[in-house]
Amino acid sequence: MAMSHGADRSAARAPLLVWLVPLVPLVLFGMLLRRVSSVTSGEAWEFSTAWAPSLGLTLSFRLDGLAMILALLITGVGVLITSWAISYMAGDPRLPRFQLYLLLFMGSMLGVATADNAILLFVFWELTSISSFLLIGFDHERREAREAALKALLITSGGGLALLAGLVMLGIAGGSLEISQMANAGNHPLYLPILLTVALGCFTKSAQFPFHFWLPAAMEAPTPVSAYLHSATMVKAGVFLLARLQPSIGGTEAWTILIGTTGGITMLVGSWLALRVRDLKQILAYSTISALGMLVLLLGIGTDEAIAAAMVLLIAHALYKASLFLLAGAIDHDAGTRDVSALRGLRRSMPLATIVAAIGAVGLAGFGPVLAFIAKEMMLASALGTAAAGFIIPAVFFASAMLTAVAVLIGWGLFWGRQPEEGRPRKIRESRALIAAPLLLAILSVALALLPAWPARLATAAAAAVTGKWVELELHLWHGVGLPLLLSIGSLLLGIALYATRERWNREAGREGRWSFDRSWAWGIRSLLAGSTRISRMLQSGHLRSYVMIILVTTIGLVAGTLTRSGIAPATDNWGVVRFHEAVIALLIVAASIVAIRSESRLGAVAALGVVGYGVALIYITFSAPDLAMTQFLIETLMVVLFVLVIYHLPRFAKISTTASRSLDAVVSMTVGVMMSLFVLIAASENAQVDAARFFAENSHREAHGRNIVNVILVDFRALDTAGEIVVLSVAAIGVYALLKLRTDPEST
Amino acid sequence: MRSIILETATRFLAPLLVLFSMFLLLRGHHEPGGGFAGGLMAATAFALYMFASDASSPRVMPFDAHALIGSGLLVAVATASAGLFVDLPLFTGLWVPPAPGETPHYGTPLLFDIGVYMVVSGVTILILQTVAEE
Repeated sequence: MAMSHGADRSAARAPLLVWLVPLVPLVLFGMLLRRVSSVTSGEAWEFSTAWAPSLGLTLSFRLDGLAMILALLITGVGVLITSWAISYMAGDPRLPRFQLYLLLFMGSMLGVATADNAILLFVFWELTSISSFLLIGFDHERREAREAALKALLITSGGGLALLAGLVMLGIAGGSLEISQMANAGNHPLYLPILLTVALGCFTKSAQFPFHFWLPAAMEAPTPVSAYLHSATMVKAGVFLLARLQPSIGGTEAWTILIGTTGGITMLVGSWLALRVRDLKQILAYSTISALGMLVLLLGIGTDEAIAAAMVLLIAHALYKASLFLLAGAIDHDAGTRDVSALRGLRRSMPLATIVAAIGAVGLAGFGPVLAFIAKEMMLASALGTAAAGFIIPAVFFASAMLTAVAVLIGWGLFWGRQPEEGRPRKIRESRALIAAPLLLAILSVALALLPAWPARLATAAAAAVTGKWVELELHLWHGVGLPLLLSIGSLLLGIALYATRERWNREAGREGRWSFDRSWAWGIRSLLAGSTRISRMLQSGHLRSYVMIILVTTIGLVAGTLTRSGIAPATDNWGVVRFHEAVIALLIVAASIVAIRSESRLGAVAALGVVGYGVALIYITFSAPDLAMTQFLIETLMVVLFVLVIYHLPRFAKISTTASRSLDAVVSMTVGVMMSLFVLIAASENAQVDAARFFAENSHREAHGRNIVNVILVDFRALDTAGEIVVLSVAAIGVYALLKLRTDPEST
Repeated sequence: MRSIILETATRFLAPLLVLFSMFLLLRGHHEPGGGFAGGLMAATAFALYMFASDASSPRVMPFDAHALIGSGLLVAVATASAGLFVDLPLFTGLWVPPAPGETPHYGTPLLFDIGVYMVVSGVTILILQTVAEE
C-alpha cells in the first residue's frame, strides 16, 4: 500500500490546483441545497432537450425527492472524499489522475440520479461501471487490483446488458421511455422478462446475492474509492433504480417474492460473512452488502412504511458507512495495518478515532442516538405488518445481531482493552487531516437523529416520488416501548453475546473455505479463456486450405438449406438448344480444369487456370457483356503473371496431402460446383427483365448522359459502391505490401 | 534471363499499352471500357515492362505506387464531394453545360472514373512490384 505512506514520505505538498477539485462537488451541493425546499414541498425540477428523437433518446433530467437524496449524498460526501483524498494521497504523483477519475464518477452518478430517460440513465449507469473500473484498478501495477477491477466490471456490465434489455422492454410496456411517464406494466405480457432483467441489472450493481462477491474484492481500491463508491453512492444505484421503477413494475407478487427474498438472503449472508474476515475494509464491505440487502428487502415489501424506512436507511447508512470507511483508511495510514486481529487498544494513540468508531459502531448496530436507529425501528415496524413477517422478522433479528457483533468489534474491540504484548515498532500518531472528515460524518449522523425534521422532509419527498402518495413523515428517536424496540434490544444483546464468545465459534475467521464464489469465478474465467483459445486455434489455424474449406462448407450448407426449405427448383422447360460455339467453350473450360488438377508442374496448373478464366470471358462475350469480358481477360492475364512471379520461388510440386484429404477436397469441390450450377439455373429461370435493369436501361442516357450502361452504373448510379470498392482495394494492397515487406526485410522488426 | 526480343518489343509496346489504357478509360462512358479496364490495362503494361527489364533492381521502377493509390482515392472522393459546394448531396454528377442540342460530355463522373483508374492501376502495380522485389 504505497499510497498510505505518502503523507509522511516527502515534504512535497500537493499543488494548489488539486484543491480546486473539491470545489466542484461543493458548488453542486450548494446548488442542490437551494432547491431542497422546493423539492421537499413537492415540486420537481425538470430539464429536457431532444438528442436522438428517432431512437426515443432525449436528454431529460428530473430532480425529485428521491433524486435529491442521492444527489445530496453524491455531492456532499463527494466534497469530503475529494478533500480527504488529497491528504491521504499527499505526495503521490498520481493524485491528479485520481481526482479526474473521481470527478468522472461523480458526474456519471449524478446522471444516474437525475436522468429521466431510461436509455440516458443506462448510459450513465455504464459510465459509473467504467469509472469504477478505473478507480478499483487504480493501483494497476498490482495483479489483485487488476483482477478485482475486471471482476467488478464484468459482473456489473453483464447486469447492465440485462438492464438495457429490460429498460427497452419497459419502454414498450410502459408506453414511454421517460421514466416519469411510464405506466404500470404489471399486467403486460412482457412483465416477467422485464422484472427479471431489470432485477438482474440492479442486483449486480448493488452486490446482491449471488452477485455480491465483487464488492469485497473491490476493496483493492484506494480507501477514498471504497468510501465513496462502494458504500455511499455507486452500490446504491441498484437500490435507487429499483425504487425509481417501483411505480412501473412494483407492487406485484412476483416483485415482492423476487426482490424481497433476494434482499433478505443478501442481508443475512452479508452480516454472516462480515464476521468471517479479518481485513477491516472487507468487514465493512460485507456489512455494506448486508445493508444493501436490507434496502432491497424493504423495497421488496413495498408498503408505504417500508418505502419510507428505506429512504431514511439510505441516508443513514451512507453517513455511518462512509465515516467508518474513512476511519479504516485513517487507521491503516496511522497504524499500518487493517488486520483486526492485530489492532487493539488504539484509544490512547487515536482518541478522535475512538469517538468516530464509537458513533459508527452505534450506527452499524442500529441502536443509539443515530439516524440508523430510527431507520431500523421503521424497518422493523414496517415488516411487522406484512404477511411474511414470520420470515422477515427473524431474518432482520439475526442479521442485526451479527452486525452488532461486528459493531462491537470495531467500536470497542479495536480501541479498548490492552495493547498487544509485542511492542509496536512504529509509534502511532493520529493524523488530524485524516480524521476530520469521518468525524464530521459521524457528528452529522448524530445531529440528524437529534433534529430529525430535516431528514424527515427529505424522506417524505423521496417516498412520495416512489409511492406516488404524499405521506408526511415524522421521525422520532423514541417511538415508545413497542415490539420494534424489544426486538432491537434483543438483537443488541445477542450481538454482544456473539462478540464475547467469538473465540469459541469463529476460530477459522480469515481462512478461506473450501469453496468460495471468488474461486468459482476465477475458474469460470479461466475455462472461458481456455475454451475460446481452443476454438480460435481450430478455426484460425493459419492454413489457407482450412479457411477456404470452412468458408465453402458453410456457404454450401446455408445455400443448400435455404434452397431445400424454400423448395425452389430450376425450370427445365426453357433450356433451348445448345449452340456449337457454346459447346466448344464449355469443353475448353472442362478440359482446362482437368489439366489444372492433374498437372505435375505448378506452371502448367497456373496456365490451365488461366485458360479457364479466358473461357469464362468468352462466355461473357457470347452474352453481350464486353466490359465484363474485357475486365475478365485483363484480370486473368495479371493473375497468371502474379502466379508466375510467386511460384518462381516455390519448390517443385510434391504430393503432401493424403488420399483421404484429397478425396474430401474432391467431394467439397464437386458439391460447391453442383450448388453453384443449381443456383445459376434457378436465377436464370426467373423473369429476366427486372425492374432495376429496366430503370437503368431507360435512364442511363437521359439522366447520366452515357450509353454504356455498365460503366454508368459504376461511376454514376452506384458510385458509392465503387468508392467503397476502391477503398477496399487500397487497403488490400497496403496489406499485401505490409505482409511481404515484413517477411523479406530482416532488419525491420 | 534477358530476352532482346522482349526488350525491344516492350520499348514500343509498353507506351502503346499505356496510351491504350487511357483510351479505354476515356471511352468508357459510351463504349465498352471504363476506369477498371483501363487501370488493369495500365498495370498489364507495367507487368510487361517489368518482365522485359531487370525486375529485381528498384531503379527500374521509378514511381511510387503508394502515391498513385493515394492520389487516386483523393481524386475520387474530391469529385464525389464536389456536389457539396453547390448544396447538392454527395455523389451528385455535375456536368459542364454543353452546346444546345448536344448531350454533356465533361462532368464529375469522368473525373471519378479517372480516380478509379489511378487506384486500380496503383493497387495492381504495387502488388506486382512488391511480389517481384523479393
